[in-house]
Formats: sequence, C-alpha cells, structure tokens
Amino acid sequence: MQLSVWTYEGPPHVGAMRIATAMKGVHLLLHAPQGDTYADLLFTMIERRKERPPVTYTTFAARDLGSDTAELFKTAAIEAYERFRPDVLLVAASCTAELIQDDPGGIAGALGLPVPVVPLEMSAYQRKENWGAAHTFYRLVRACCDSSPRPPQAERSRKRCNLLGPTALGFRHRDDIIEVSRLLDQLGVDINVVAPYGATAADLARLGDADFNVVLYPEIADSVARWLGKTFGQPCVSTPPLGVTGTRAFVEEVARLVETDPSPVLEEVGRLPWYSRSIDSTYLTGKQVFIFGDATHAIAAARIATEEFGFEVVGLGSYCREQARDVRAAAKQYGLEALITEDHLEVEDRIVELQPELVLGTQMERHIAKRLGLPCAIISAPVHVHDYPARYSPQMGFEGANVLFDTWVHPLMMGLEHHLLSMFRDDFEFAETAGPSHLGASRSTPEAELRPAVAAEPGSAASEASAPAEPLWTADAEHELKKIPFFVRRKARRNTERFARERGRIPITVETLYDAKAHFQA
Amino acid sequence: MSLVSDISDDAGRQLPVLKQRGQREVFCGLTGIVWLHRKIQDAFFLVIGSRTCAHLIQSAAGVMIFAEPRFATAILEEKDLAGFADAQEEIDRVVARLLARRPEIKVLFLVGSCPSEVIKLDLSRAAERLSQVHGPDVSFVNYSGSGLETTFTQGEDTCLAAMVPKMRTLPAEAPRSLMVVGSLADPVEDIFRRIFEALEIPVVFFPPRRFSELPAVGPQTSYLLAQPYLAETGRALDERGAQRLAAPFPLGVEGTRGWLNAAAQAFDVRPSRLEEVVAPAERRAHLALGRAREMLTGKRVFFFPDSQLEVPLARFLHRELGMTPVEIGTPYLHREHLAVELSMLPSSVTLSEGQDVERQLDRCRASSPDLVVCGLGLANPLEVEGITTKWSIELTFSPIQGYEHVGDLAGLFTRPFVRRERLKV
Repeated sequence: MQLSVWTYEGPPHVGAMRIATAMKGVHLLLHAPQGDTYADLLFTMIERRKERPPVTYTTFAARDLGSDTAELFKTAAIEAYERFRPDVLLVAASCTAELIQDDPGGIAGALGLPVPVVPLEMSAYQRKENWGAAHTFYRLVRACCDSSPRPPQAERSRKRCNLLGPTALGFRHRDDIIEVSRLLDQLGVDINVVAPYGATAADLARLGDADFNVVLYPEIADSVARWLGKTFGQPCVSTPPLGVTGTRAFVEEVARLVETDPSPVLEEVGRLPWYSRSIDSTYLTGKQVFIFGDATHAIAAARIATEEFGFEVVGLGSYCREQARDVRAAAKQYGLEALITEDHLEVEDRIVELQPELVLGTQMERHIAKRLGLPCAIISAPVHVHDYPARYSPQMGFEGANVLFDTWVHPLMMGLEHHLLSMFRDDFEFAETAGPSHLGASRSTPEAELRPAVAAEPGSAASEASAPAEPLWTADAEHELKKIPFFVRRKARRNTERFARERGRIPITVETLYDAKAHFQA
Repeated sequence: MSLVSDISDDAGRQLPVLKQRGQREVFCGLTGIVWLHRKIQDAFFLVIGSRTCAHLIQSAAGVMIFAEPRFATAILEEKDLAGFADAQEEIDRVVARLLARRPEIKVLFLVGSCPSEVIKLDLSRAAERLSQVHGPDVSFVNYSGSGLETTFTQGEDTCLAAMVPKMRTLPAEAPRSLMVVGSLADPVEDIFRRIFEALEIPVVFFPPRRFSELPAVGPQTSYLLAQPYLAETGRALDERGAQRLAAPFPLGVEGTRGWLNAAAQAFDVRPSRLEEVVAPAERRAHLALGRAREMLTGKRVFFFPDSQLEVPLARFLHRELGMTPVEIGTPYLHREHLAVELSMLPSSVTLSEGQDVERQLDRCRASSPDLVVCGLGLANPLEVEGITTKWSIELTFSPIQGYEHVGDLAGLFTRPFVRRERLKV
C-alpha cells in the first residue's frame, strides 16, 4: 500500500477518458461502480468542456456482484452503441471491475456490433493516468490505422506531418497545437493529422500518409510514434519546442528533415530574449528555482530557467517514473540529483529544505508554495481551472516563450520595485507586517508562517524546544535582522542560525549576523 | 438501460415513484470525507482503496483545501491483492506512519472502498487490532464509503452509524435529552444550540466537533434528524433505545418551525414559549425570502439525484418560494424519514429514485424546466444547451439550515437567474 494525500496522476482509465474525450466519434464504455462518474467533472468543470465526456459507466452495485455484472455490461454496451452510434467503441474496466474479472473486451467483442471494439487492459493497480492515455492512444491507432504500405509518391511540393500527443485535460494542448502548426506552416510543412485532439477514427486511418511525425508530448505519444516509424518509416521529431532555445532546435530539426532553410523562421524569436536582456531583468540573475512536473515540461523548464532567464536551478524532479531516466540525466547537467516521486509530501520536504526563491510546478506545488509563502508558477499538469485561461496562451513556440516569460516573472517582484523596497525599507508601509504587495493584502507575515515549518525540522526543533530559557537572538540582532528586506529575511535568519549553531555562537549578536552574512557571501 | 423500470405506489402518500436503473451520475460515499474531516476536528480518515479513490476525493475537495487535509488514501497495489494477511500488515504500517506524523489525531476512521470490499478486506479486524496497539489514546472506527453500497451523503450515514456503538450508555438516572443528528455547519449548529437553550431543552449534537465529545445515548434520548440521509444511523440509534422525533427537515421557515416544534412538543415546551423564542428570527427569515419569492414564483424546477436533500429542498422551493417541482430525483427515498416531507409535496410531481442518467436527461429536456438542480458533471453541458442550472454540491457544503440562513439558501436558487439576466454576451 502506498500512502497518498494528493496524487499527481489519476488512475489509468482517466487517461483513457482523456483520449476518448479529445477525439470525435469515439465512445468509451467503462465497467465501473457508482461514483467513478466523478471523472466527468474534470472535463466539464476544470477544462470547461461544453459536452460530457463520451463515456458510459455500467454502474454496478453490491447486489450485482457475482450474479449479473457481465449481463449489466452487455446491456450497457448495446444501449451505449444505440444511443451514441460511435465509429469506435473502447471498452475498459476501472480498478474495481478489474477485480471482478468480467472480461469486458471479450463480452463486447462477442456482441457483433457493426463498429470496431477496442479492448483496453488498464492494469489499475500498477499503472497511472499518463500510461493509460498512451496505451489507449496506441490501441486506437493499431485498431484504426491502415497499415498497408503506401505506394511511392511523386515528390510533394510541401511535406506533411502528424502532430501527436495533445489530449483533453492537457496543459495548454489546445493552444500548443495552433502555435506549432503555425511554425510548421512557415517551414512549408502541412499537417496531415493532429491526434488524438480533434481526430476521428478515419483520421487515424491515414496517419501513414504523413512524411514524418512530430511528438508534442512524449508521455502520451511516444509509443504511437515508434510504431508509426517502424511501420511506415516515418522519422520522428521529438524535440519539444519549449522556450526560445527549444523552439530553435525544433525548427532546425524540422528544416533538416524537409530540407529547407530555417533562417526566415528563426528570425522571429519573440520578445523573451530582449525582455531577459533588458536591465529590469537583472534582478532575475541567479534566482534559485525549484522545478517539478511531468518529465517533458520539467526538463525543458530547467533549461529555459538556466539559459533564458539566468536563474539557478536548485532542484529538479518529476512524478513520471516512465521518463525518470531522462529527468535524472537532465538534473545531472545542473549538478543535481533528480527527485522522482509521486509523494507530494516528499516534494514539500525538498522545497522546505532548499528554500528556493521561485517554484515552477504543478497544482500540488502551488498548494505547497502557497503554504510556504513562496512565489510559484505552473508549468505542467495536473492543473486546475485557472490554468485553462480564456486567452490564447500556448507554452510552445516563440509565442509560448513570451507566455513563459510573463508567467514565471509575474509572481516575482519587478526589478524597480525590488530596488525601491530596499531603498525605503524603513518606511512604515514596507515594515515587516505590511507583507509583499504582489502576494495580496491578506498575506500579512510570510515570515511568521514559515517559522513553524522551519522549526519543525530535526535539529532546530529539538534545540529550540530543549533550551527555551536561552533566546536564539539578542534583541539588538533581532532588530538588525528586521532591517533586511522581508523577501530575503527568512533566508538570512536561517543561514545565520545555522552559522551560529555550527560555531556555538548562540545567542546571536549583531556581530554574528554580519559574520554570517560575510561567510555566505564569500 | 432500465433493467428494472416500474412505477410503484408510495404507501404513505400515493405518490408514484419512478425507478430506473442505468448509469448513475453521482458521487460515492467517500465524498462525505470532504466535510466530515472538517466537522470532526480530531479525526483522520484513511481510505483503503485505489488510486481512483484518492483521485475522487481530491477532485471533489478541489480547491477548497490548502492545508494538509486530515484524510489520505492507502492505495492498494498489485502486491496487496495477492494475500490478505499482507494487506493487514500494510494497514498497520501505514497507520503507524500516519500517527507519527499527526500525533493530535484522536480517532482514525478506516474507510472501506469498492476495491477493499471486493477483495473482502476485513477492516473491522484491522480496527480492533489497531485499538489494542494504539488505544486508548486513539480510537479506531471502520465504515464503508464504497460506491457499491453508498451514494454521496450515505457515506456520512455509514460513518455516523459506525460511531453509534462507541457511544457510552446514559446512566439510568439521566434526565431526558435531545440529540440532533447529522453534520451541520458550525454557525448553524451554534444558532440551533442557542434556540434549544432558550427552550430549556438539553441538547447534544452528533457528530461532535471533537471525538472526545461523543455524546452518550439511551432510552432517555430523543433524536431529531438534521439531515435526510441518515437511514443506518437512525436504525443504530433505535437499537440503543433512542426515539426518533418525526419532523420535516430544518430547511426553510416552515421546515425549521416544524423541526423545532417536534422537539418542543416532545419536551413539553409551551407553544407560546416556542413562539416567543423563534418569532424574531422568523420575521427576519420571511423578510429575507421576499425578493427570492418574487423572482422564483411560477418557475419549474427539475432535480437530478445527488444528496437526498432533494425532497426537502423541493418542498421548500414549492411552498415558500412558489416554484413547481417537475421531477424530484433522489438516489434513495427513505419513506419513513421523509413521511412529513412527502405529505407536503404537490401531487403533480414525479418522484424518481435511482437513476438512468441518459433517460433522465431525455425527460429533463422534454419537460423544459426553468431550473435544473444537478451535479457538477452535468451542469455545464446543460448550460450549453440553454438550461439554467444550480449545481447541487453547494447545497451540501454551505450553511443553509435554520432561519438565519434561509435567505442564503434562497439566494443559491436565484443567483443563476440573476446571472442570466445580467449577462448580455
């Protein structure tokens, strides 16, 4: 058993739902007990989809167990087909149905429905959402794709590619498709099929007509791209066009493939390079960031943070065990050991330990950062309703890089504000109780909120608890500490305390404070 | 899909009940943890289930919880499915880790789920064993929130029913007292407590805010249900000798008055005294309903099954705000507990129990109601079709009972109309 408070990924059948919902004319029949319909609200509420996901749940109850759950499944299959008339019917078992072993695939297959029935093996007790999505996409492609060899064609004036990976409930997939299609168009490449997002079974049948594949989200589409490569000899572009550097690399890779000159496309780089070089961004230099997300976005974010923002990556991790090797390799480049875990408490511990100045993460890290009073921007699923904005806001391509600049810098203070704050730190409005203006008026004393978390750590908790009589700080030093701007004060406090403990210089005097400052700046 | 589809007569009221069976668009009982863990502040809820269970609770809890919640899921893995002895050891390990992290926990609920029930994991055995190890500081209670047996609010019912055997028995010489049963928002509970004090009725609330304050029970206990979904809890209290006071539920002015009146009569409070105590609040409540009544009178409302609050809510909307219920869908119709409520409904209404969501949607569209009360999975798609909706989960999480919140309750139903009127896009 694995103890879990929040989960980064849902069960694998939610992944299957993301594929079915993304496509047109595909229906999923899920053998499941009452309650599993909660997953509908992910699509109707969080993504604000206008239709219910194309899913029928058999809804078996305790009284059906051992008697007629299979019969129930059969009736549900027939009625779902009659009502929705899909082009393809996916059938799967949720975690509970997997235990009762009704063989949904076998039953549905035996019904003689006039459409392809694709059974899915979800392995609910081993696998998770992304795997379920990848598996479903792969099974659908295998079932629908016309794999007969294509006759050799006369050289096309424009090459064609498939855009693979975008799903329902994906992080900005909706806008990434538009942005990447535009880039490809500029390179003289037409889109053959976008899948699964918006695709029909008939579209999947003609995947083989493309000259190559572009994998936007390897977590979802890697296995399909590999099979297409093997079957049709289609090469695959899997450099994610994230950030300016990533987009350039992507453009160059595509240009090489289609033998065209990338330079006209590379001239358009968006605003990020200049915004990063403008002097207001000087204060971003060396800001310590902690990054956690799915593998693709986390790895790219680390590169962008380093090369395009001038940040220092102090932590990098992912909940995607399937891509753990890539994340570990990326982390090594920054001299870090990657954090691969599904346990958000472990992520929280790491953030508390590292004390970054910015967190780039998922919905979970947003909760953690909020609790710790740290600035945070979202870079990856799982996300919440706020992360499906009304405006166009891709992550990929040069426009995506513009979006990243705004999104990551927004939670931080701007350079001029930063400067003024230190100039006027004795002003009453900048007093420690005023709190940072950009985090809203309600956040009164971020330092006070952080202290329990700091105190709860082994070592500090024990020493503070065992020696209440001896104050850690002299009054003068405490007063001096308050002159340090609040956004660096908690770090100064912590560093000074560590410095003082290691040298047995408790209580901390003004002298100790500045000795510690010099020590950490050296 | 309607394996069973028939019209049977409701004995008490002669109201026909439509029963269909098919896809149910409802939560399972695990969802109750979302409000129960806030209500009982020294409790922790540990679901023994699958990744789906964990995902469900976090999706239902959504953005509401920023602190570390007092619930978690022990996710069953492939290796746990091999043998049960192993699973019991795993529970011990997980519980030990939890208690080390949260030493303030006084009661730990082991919550059964669909998968734990299918593999017949014996959680009562686990609770007994854990009590021996970690007791008496920590109590262990097990109940089922599985979707195989419970729908949404029934999870609170099974939870409370499992706590009843833990109640001490009132000493024989203890005077008669009132127990209010069913979780209410704290502000609502405080207001009711003040009213009962003014009526000089000794009162306890169940569930308590802390497990250490679990009330005692006995034949001297009369209980009032504050929520309509407590079939099992009622039965468990009956077995302890307590007597249920028949009453409507405290929704709306009329419901609240009838509910308080049942207690007043049972405890021989003079009618004039009750009048005296509630008159100012009733005046305020009527005032608060004025505008809502103007806006809602004559409008037709359709309920999809959700929390079992549907019948009392429909009664309130009908009798106090002039709305016409078209269909009242409810996951489960407890005829005895709802007897008073059912007698107050118009005979034109269709009552439906259980659900075949596709057929119900067909009926809903065909009847073109002015307002549909439904769950989150259905609300946005219906809005897209031009149908005004009120998402029902808010009715479970908000303080809506009693006089002082009656305006807020009405506001939940007027807001969708106000919004539609305002928007020009």
